[in-house]
Amino acid sequence: MSANKGVMDETDRPAASMKKADYVTMLVSGQLFGIPVLEVHDVFVPTRLAHVPMAPPEIAGVLNLRGRIVTAIDLRQRLGYEPREAGAQVMAVVIEYHGEPYSLLVDSVGEVLSLAEAAFERNPSNLDPKLREVSEGIFRLADSLMVVIQLDRIIQFLNGAVAA
Amino acid sequence: MDDLLNEFLTETSESLDVVDVELVRFEKDPTDKAVLNNIFRLVHTVKGTCGFLGLPRLESVAHASENVLGKFRDGELEVSTEAVSLILKSIDAIKTILADLEANECEPEGDDKELIDRLNDIAAGKSSVAAAASIAAAEKTGHAASADTFANGERKIQPVLGRDLLPGEVSLADLEAAFNAAPGPDQDAAADTLPQLADFEDEENIQDVLVQASSPAPGARAKAKGRTEDKEPSAKNPDTSVASQSVRVTVELLEDMMTMVSELVLTRNQLMQIVREQDDSKFKVPLQRLNLVTTELQEGVMKTRMQPIGNAWQKLPRIVRDLSHELGKKIELQMIGADTELDRQVLELIKDPLTHMIRNSADHGLEQPKKRKDAGKNEIGAIKLNAYHEGGHVIIQISDDGAGLNIDRIKQKAVSSGLATEAELEEMTDQQIGNFIFKAGFSTAEQVTSVSGRGVGMDVVRTNIERIGGTVDVRTTAGAGSVFTVKIPLTLAIVSALIVEADGERFAIPQISVIELVRASNNSEHRIERIKSSPVLRLREQLLPLVYLRDVLRMDKKAPPVSSDTAAEGVADMRGKDDFVVVTQVGGFRFGIVVDRVFDTEEIVVKPVAPILRHITVFSGNTILGDGSVIMILDPNGIANIYGNIKVEQDEAKVEAVIADDKDKNVSLLIFNAGDSTPKAVPLSLVARLEEIDCASIESSNGRDVVQYRGQLMPLVRISDNYPLRTEGRQPVLVFADETRTMGIAVDQIVDIVEGTLKIELAAQTAGLMGTSVIAGAATEVIDVSHYLVAAFPNWFEESGKSRAKAPRRILLIDDSPFFRNMLAPVLGQAGYNVTAVENAEQALGLREDGAQFDVIVSDIEMPGMSGFELASLIKADKRWEETPIVAISARGAPDDFERGRQVGFSDYVLKMDRGALLRSLTQTLAVYGEAV
Repeated sequence: MSANKGVMDETDRPAASMKKADYVTMLVSGQLFGIPVLEVHDVFVPTRLAHVPMAPPEIAGVLNLRGRIVTAIDLRQRLGYEPREAGAQVMAVVIEYHGEPYSLLVDSVGEVLSLAEAAFERNPSNLDPKLREVSEGIFRLADSLMVVIQLDRIIQFLNGAVAA
Repeated sequence: MDDLLNEFLTETSESLDVVDVELVRFEKDPTDKAVLNNIFRLVHTVKGTCGFLGLPRLESVAHASENVLGKFRDGELEVSTEAVSLILKSIDAIKTILADLEANECEPEGDDKELIDRLNDIAAGKSSVAAAASIAAAEKTGHAASADTFANGERKIQPVLGRDLLPGEVSLADLEAAFNAAPGPDQDAAADTLPQLADFEDEENIQDVLVQASSPAPGARAKAKGRTEDKEPSAKNPDTSVASQSVRVTVELLEDMMTMVSELVLTRNQLMQIVREQDDSKFKVPLQRLNLVTTELQEGVMKTRMQPIGNAWQKLPRIVRDLSHELGKKIELQMIGADTELDRQVLELIKDPLTHMIRNSADHGLEQPKKRKDAGKNEIGAIKLNAYHEGGHVIIQISDDGAGLNIDRIKQKAVSSGLATEAELEEMTDQQIGNFIFKAGFSTAEQVTSVSGRGVGMDVVRTNIERIGGTVDVRTTAGAGSVFTVKIPLTLAIVSALIVEADGERFAIPQISVIELVRASNNSEHRIERIKSSPVLRLREQLLPLVYLRDVLRMDKKAPPVSSDTAAEGVADMRGKDDFVVVTQVGGFRFGIVVDRVFDTEEIVVKPVAPILRHITVFSGNTILGDGSVIMILDPNGIANIYGNIKVEQDEAKVEAVIADDKDKNVSLLIFNAGDSTPKAVPLSLVARLEEIDCASIESSNGRDVVQYRGQLMPLVRISDNYPLRTEGRQPVLVFADETRTMGIAVDQIVDIVEGTLKIELAAQTAGLMGTSVIAGAATEVIDVSHYLVAAFPNWFEESGKSRAKAPRRILLIDDSPFFRNMLAPVLGQAGYNVTAVENAEQALGLREDGAQFDVIVSDIEMPGMSGFELASLIKADKRWEETPIVAISARGAPDDFERGRQVGFSDYVLKMDRGALLRSLTQTLAVYGEAV
């Protein structure tokens, strides 16, 4: 039953959150990304990231967030950017998918932006396939463009990889 | 779902479980008022609650059974098996409706008229008398209203229900009248004595409530008015005091608490660490206190997960009772140790297997009463459940004093389902045969009864038990019964694990699968050696196959972790030459996992891995260590599977069973001593020569002992490393040879050559041994020559093939006995053939379908299923292998067979143990057929 609920939430939420249009912003390799603020459970600096051998390359490892084990997905890997330099700053953004916590590793987390729907646009046709796969659309900000991430896509891809 | 409904469902199903048990008790002793009262109260509560929630169907069934119970209670109705069965049936009906209710949140369609009618019939058995009496009684006690009820006709609307009576419902007035008419226990006495009887008094009150509502209330009882609206009439029970001492909480809440406590523990550990660094901290004392409280809290939360195993047994008395009626057997169920506690999660998982095993014992184990009598046993069969703790495990024994497993039937079944050959079975002990019942698709019941024919076999039982890290075993004694022993871990949530490190990462290995720990280094007695590229360790006279954890996990090419504190130091450490070998057992297969470092053992809280990592089979979970870091828990099963070179199945076959030769056939065995005192044996036909070599002529080359022998260097292999060669005098040696090379096994003494059957009783755990056999009255170890051949010439089998011809001759070997496959395949391989061994004719024909080609086929004659003769006819009848010569091997040397063999198309016929003859025959056969193939 709870699983069903989960599915409904995932499909309902992005649309619903469009109207609210509050986004947590984050930088990955200089590109601005946004996640609906309600989806974000936590933001923290990851320490003691435990590597998981044989895991898909997108999975940076697992870490302990207040007694819960959280699977960390490196967005740089996931979105096809260059790997982070050793010692570079990392932030973890915790989200939930089907009741399981995941953390997205990004370079930095910015402020929460309240964005008008008018500034939202569908993916441009020449968007990089890796980004197109997870992007819901683009917000035109004054000085940059923000890619809105569909969380279920980020994780479903991995499920697909698992099945393959 | 509606909270109220939810609660109702949980509560009712619990009540019904109790009713089941109590009814069975009651049936045994119908005079036990306390039990009956308890049943009555529970059923009544169910009925009352149904009415409140508007569940008419449930209510009517509950009502009808309550009615019968009421008559029992009042002594109006004699307690009969039939009546009790019917009530149990109605309880089942209620359960079915409840299940539907749970799934659909509304009562299912349909009615229970038949059941209710039958209940009413039973109730009415004496009810005509009772009714008349009750009317009189009612009038006498001044309840004129109840008489009114009758007077107003049958289809009177019930004031309480506000509707017509449902089928099976008796009007409340009727009920009341019946109660009043009944003598009933003395209420004062009841209140004074047993609390159960006090219950009973309360029941009277409840009845009062109902009665009040249904009839104009006489003033004295007016206080009760309106209470029918109470959701729980039993809320007034003395039991409430007990009930209020326990609270129902959701499992999620407990899990959350568990998580929070783990976190608290970690925080405490951090604090302790900080304070320890400061010599004189004012936090010391309060922290000590915090420490204690945390530990206690942790234990407390752990305890909330523990439940007595009796909870899983609750349904069993009822099941056994039904079974005994159904099967016409008299069965007594004893339950010992019901208060043994184990983790809730484990409890849930063990319920079904236990139930099935009880069914099994009742159905297959116990005999019919007559048969028992004839056998001089008590007519009543006993099934005993016994649970107790033993070293971090819960042991549950299910024993019966029945006939024991029908070994013959199991044998038949094993043969017919292809699990073993008759020959193999001949060599097995009854215990080993008994364990076949845990194999998939195995049911010894000749006809599928409603009892055992539920599609759940003992294999499912085993699978379920193994899934939670448990084991199940059966011991059986013909005529005296069987004992099933289930061993399960106390909890799945917390296990003791060994923390190890490979390539800078730490991992946990569950302690239960760790047999021992060996430190291996180049200068200690344990040294990791390589046979070609396979690492092995000599460990107490056996070679232990090894896997490097970092290879298994493919860690070499991993990118450095983003930020790992432990990684840096770990890598540096790894440079040391010391390795640790974690000796592990999976099924019957033992192997070593090589790690770089071993830390402590820790009690870890097992958490499942995230779904996106679940496909990685080497991990069974992950956990957070005391220092807050997350580590993965290794699954030795997964490691064994991933490490493809290790053939678990093959080894399992070895262990389970039991390598068997064709029955009653004598072979010549060479008995010798080497190393320890156990005599050892090798089939004489495999030995080329026996020699005694002057110790002075033994030389050492490249760390190995060699001797010049017939113009060649012959390596000398020792039975085990611990056993030194003689330094003076003459060294007896068994010489094994092929055309180009010889190998000697050094032994202490050649004892004898005996004719004996080669029955392997105990399969070997040790490399180099086939197993143990009783030869000439003494336990004798049969050595595995192929093991030593490899030890002497790691590439023995490969090279001899290459040197002989560009394309080695391909042989298809068909033999059902693993012993012979293991024995002949190396022998043939050694002679330069490329051997494919299969265990039966069907597999051989399968290869033909797959388009495989062979130069010669070597087939056994006596095989389960298709015999060698049939196989030969089939091969000759089809174009594809028509031209391929077939050589028969057989244990029998009957002249008839020779003749018959030639007729069906065998090219030659040799005796199994005659290695030389087989090789000659093959050479000849191939020469004759030449390049025909």
